[in-house]
Amino acid sequence: MELKLTAKDFKSDQEVRWCPGCGDYSILAAMQRFMPELGIPRENIVFVSGIGCSSRFPYYMNTYGMHSIHGRAPAIATGLSVSRPDLSVWVVTGDGDALSIGGNHLIHALRRNVNLKILLFNNRIYGLTKGQYSPTSELGKITKSTPAGSADSPFNPISLALGAEATFVARTIDSDAKHLQSVMRAAAEHQGSAFVEIYQNCNIFNDGAFELLKDAGSRDDHLIRLEQGEPITFGAQKQFSVTHPAGGFGLKVEEGGEAIVHDATVDDPAYAFALSRLSGSDLGTTPIGVFRNVQRPSYDELITKQLVDAKAQADGTPDQMLDALLNKADTWTIM
Amino acid sequence: MSASAGAKRVEQLDRVVIRFAGDSGDGMQLTGDRFTSETAQLGNDISTLPNFPAEIRAPAGTLPGVSSFQVHFADYDILTPGDSPHVLVAMNPAALKANLSDLPAGADIIVNTDEFTKRSLAKVGYAANPLEDGSLAEYAVHPVALTSMTVGALAELGVAKKDAERAKNMFALGLLSWMYSRPFESTLRFLETKFAKRPDLVAANKAAFQAGWNFGETTEDFAVRYEVKPARMQPGTYRNITGNQALALGLVAASVRSKLPLFLGAYPITPASDILHELSKHKKFGVTTMQAEDEIAAIGAALGASYGGALGVTTTSGPGVALKGETISLAIALELPLVIVDVQRAGPSTGMPTKTEQADLNMALYGRHGEAPLAVIAPKSPSDCFHAAIEAARIALKYRTPVILLSDNYVANGSEPWLLPSSDELPDISVEFTTGPNDADGRFLPYLRDPETLARPWAVPGTAGLEHRIGGLEKADKTGDISYDPANHEHMVRTRAARIEAIEVPELEVEDADENARVLVLGWGSTYGPIGAACRALRQRGLPIAQAHLRHLAPLPANLGEVLAAYDKVVIPEMNLGQLAHVIRAKYLVDAVPFNQVSGLPFTAATLESMLEDVVKNG
Repeated sequence: MELKLTAKDFKSDQEVRWCPGCGDYSILAAMQRFMPELGIPRENIVFVSGIGCSSRFPYYMNTYGMHSIHGRAPAIATGLSVSRPDLSVWVVTGDGDALSIGGNHLIHALRRNVNLKILLFNNRIYGLTKGQYSPTSELGKITKSTPAGSADSPFNPISLALGAEATFVARTIDSDAKHLQSVMRAAAEHQGSAFVEIYQNCNIFNDGAFELLKDAGSRDDHLIRLEQGEPITFGAQKQFSVTHPAGGFGLKVEEGGEAIVHDATVDDPAYAFALSRLSGSDLGTTPIGVFRNVQRPSYDELITKQLVDAKAQADGTPDQMLDALLNKADTWTIM
Repeated sequence: MSASAGAKRVEQLDRVVIRFAGDSGDGMQLTGDRFTSETAQLGNDISTLPNFPAEIRAPAGTLPGVSSFQVHFADYDILTPGDSPHVLVAMNPAALKANLSDLPAGADIIVNTDEFTKRSLAKVGYAANPLEDGSLAEYAVHPVALTSMTVGALAELGVAKKDAERAKNMFALGLLSWMYSRPFESTLRFLETKFAKRPDLVAANKAAFQAGWNFGETTEDFAVRYEVKPARMQPGTYRNITGNQALALGLVAASVRSKLPLFLGAYPITPASDILHELSKHKKFGVTTMQAEDEIAAIGAALGASYGGALGVTTTSGPGVALKGETISLAIALELPLVIVDVQRAGPSTGMPTKTEQADLNMALYGRHGEAPLAVIAPKSPSDCFHAAIEAARIALKYRTPVILLSDNYVANGSEPWLLPSSDELPDISVEFTTGPNDADGRFLPYLRDPETLARPWAVPGTAGLEHRIGGLEKADKTGDISYDPANHEHMVRTRAARIEAIEVPELEVEDADENARVLVLGWGSTYGPIGAACRALRQRGLPIAQAHLRHLAPLPANLGEVLAAYDKVVIPEMNLGQLAHVIRAKYLVDAVPFNQVSGLPFTAATLESMLEDVVKNG
C-alpha cells in the first residue's frame, strides 16, 4: 500500500518556540515538506537531539522523538539504530552540541558508519545560553564570554567529518529550501552515516553570519555549488574554477583555468578534504552540496549480520539454550 | 600418575586454605583456578580470592608484581576464602615476603628455591636468605627446586627452555594436587583445550604436572597426604563460578526470561570488563555488545536501545558511574528501563583498581543532580550475582526505571560453587509494550501511569499511532508535553520518588539461630560471607547474635524499621566509612554502630568476630 503523507502529517501539536526569524523555521519546514517523499511510515522515523536551540526540533516533528542531553545524541541514536535497524534515525544537533561537548560521540558515530542522518545546524554561536562563542566561531570573535576576542581556532565541520572518514558529507544553507531538500534527500538515500552541515542564521546573537553567501549581490562570487559530474565553476559569469595545480596537494580557486569535475564517490577522502579546505572562516569561497558519498558497510549491518549468523546456530528454545549455557562448564552433581 | 597414595600416610582434614603466590607472569591465577576446579569436582565447598596488581607486568621479582590466588575448601559449608592460609606456595622471594605476615605459625610454605638467588633476594630487600637464616623457624618450610625440576622433567620433550621454565606453575599444581588428593582429569582436559594449537605445550604442561605429582609421591619431604571429604551440600548440579561470570549469565537469563533482546553498552574498565567479555560470546541469544568510545556513550547507547524496546544494560566501575550520572538522570526523567552495573573498586579517582571497596553506595543512592531516585540492589556472593542481575532487570522493566546493581571486586573475581538453577525455576519477567491508545478519548498519553506500579507506558518506535516525543525537560503529567508549571513540577518530583518507594521488594529476613540475640549485625553486598562466618563462630561459642543482610538498598525493605527496633544494638560493618550506617541512622533514628575497613581487602571473619564479640559482651 502506498503511503500518502503530506507535510502536515509531520507537524506535531506543539507550538514552535524558536525566536521569530530564526533559520530553524525554514529547516523545519523543509524537513516536513521533504519527509513524505521517503515513503516511510511516521512511526518508523525517530528524531534524536541533544541540547541547544536546534535540539528542540524533535518536539515539532510528528514522529517518534527524544530530546536528550548535551552532546550525547549520536551515542543514544547509535544504540537505537543498532538495536532497531528497521527504523530511520535522524540526529539533530548544533555546533556546540556536536562539536564541543559531543565531539567525541560525533567522530565515533562517523567512523563506525552508524546508519544515522546527522543534521548539524551551524550558526557559529551559542544561542540557548545567550551568546557565547562556539567551536565554529571565527578567531577573534567578540562575544559575552570573549570581550577581547576569542583565542580559539574554529573547527571546519566538513574537514572534521572527513577526518573521521564519514561516508556521506554535505553542506547546505537554511535559506535555500530547494538545495536543503536535495541534500536531505541524498542523505536519506545513503546507507550509513550521513553528515549534513546546515549554515543556519541566528538572528539574535549572530545575525548575518552567512550573509556573504546569501546576499544576491555577493553570493555568486563566493558560493560554490557542487554538482556530481559537473566541472566546479562559479562566479556571476562562471569566471572562477576550482583547479588542481600540478605538483600541489590541494585544490585552488583560479580565474579561468581548467575546472576539475566533481566526483563525490572518490574513495580517498583526501579529495573531499581538499574541497573542504577551500573555505575558511571568512567564507570567501564556500562549497555547498555533497562533498563525499561513498559506500562501505554500516556498523548496523555488520552487527546485524553477526547476530543473524549467531542466531542461525540456535539449537533449541531460548530456555533450552539457557540451560545448556549454564551447564557449559566443569560441573559436578551431588545426589 | 596414579591415584594410589603409595606408602604415604593419609590424614583427614575438614578444611584447608591454600595461597598460590608468585610473580604476575608466573600464572598464579591460572594455577589457583585449576586447583579450584579440581577441588570443586571433588565436591568440597569452596571460596576463592584472587589478589593481583593493576599493572599488567610490574618489574619481575618485585613486591608490587606479586600476584596471588587463595582458595579455601572444606567438607562443610563455608562463607569466605579464609582469613589466613595454611599453605603458601611462594614462587619467588617477593611472593614469600609479600605474604608471610598473613601466615599463622606452623603453616606450610612451599618455596621455589631456584628463585632464591642473591639478586632476587636483594631485589626485595632480603639481606640474608630467609631459607637459611632461621627466620622461618616457626613454619614448616618445604624447599623445592621447582624451576630446575620442571626443566629437567621436560628435557626429553625438546621444548624451548623458556617454555619449559614457564611450565613450573603446572609442576606446583601437580604437587599440590597430589598433596590434597585432587582429581586432575579436568586439568588435563583444560590443558588440551588451552594449548590446542600448540601440541608441544600441551605435552610440556602435562609432563610438568605429572612431574609435580610424582615428586610429591616420592620425596620424603612430604610425608603426609591429605584428604578433605566432599561437603554435604544440597543435591543438584554445581559449577564453580565467579561473580562477573554469574552476573553476565544472569543478564542473559534476564533477556531470555523477559523475551527482550539484551543490549550491552560498555567501556573497558577494571574490574568490570569480564562481564563485557562474557556477554560478547552470547550473540546466539540475540545479545548485542557494543564497546563504546567512552563511558557516557556506553550508557547512551544502552538507553537508546532501551528506548527501542531492548533490555539496555551498561557495565562499569565507580569512575564510570561518575561519568554516566547525567545519562542516568535522563533515564529517570524518561522513565525507561536501564540496568547500570557498578563493580566497585577502591577509590577515589583511579584509586586501587584491582582492590575491593563498597564506597559507591552514596553515589548510587544520591550521585545525581536534582531529585533523581532510582532502585539499588547488591549481590551478596559470587553466585548471587546471577540472581541479582535478574532482579535488577525485573525491577527496571516492570517499573521503567534505571537500577544500579552494586557488585564489587571481591564478589566479581571471587568464586564459589553454584547450584545451577533450571530455566523454568527462574521468574518470568516479561512485560508488555503499549500498542494502542490508553485514555478514554482514544489518545495516547505517554505519562499516564499504571495506578499500581506508577510505571508509564512503554511504547516503542515502530508502533503506529503512538508517535510521541520524550525528553529531559520537565514533562506535564500524563501528556508528557514540556511543562514549567510549578505545581506540575512538584507533582512530578514527588511521583518519581513515590514510584521508587512503591517497588515491591522482599521482606528482610533475620538469621537468629538462638532467637535470643540482643545484637543485630546488618550488612549489604559482599560482606555477607565474612559477617556470616563471624556470626557462626560466635554462636558456636554460645554468644547469640542476629544477622540481617540487605540486598535491596533502594527502596529498603518495608519491615527494616521493625527489624532494627527489635534489637538493643545494631552494628553495621562496611568496606567504606559508614555509608549505609548514615542512611540507617537518618531514616530510622537508630543509634547504629558503624564498623569500617577501607584497606582494599575484604573483612576477615576473625576481625568481625572479635569486634562483634566485644559488642555482644560489653554492649
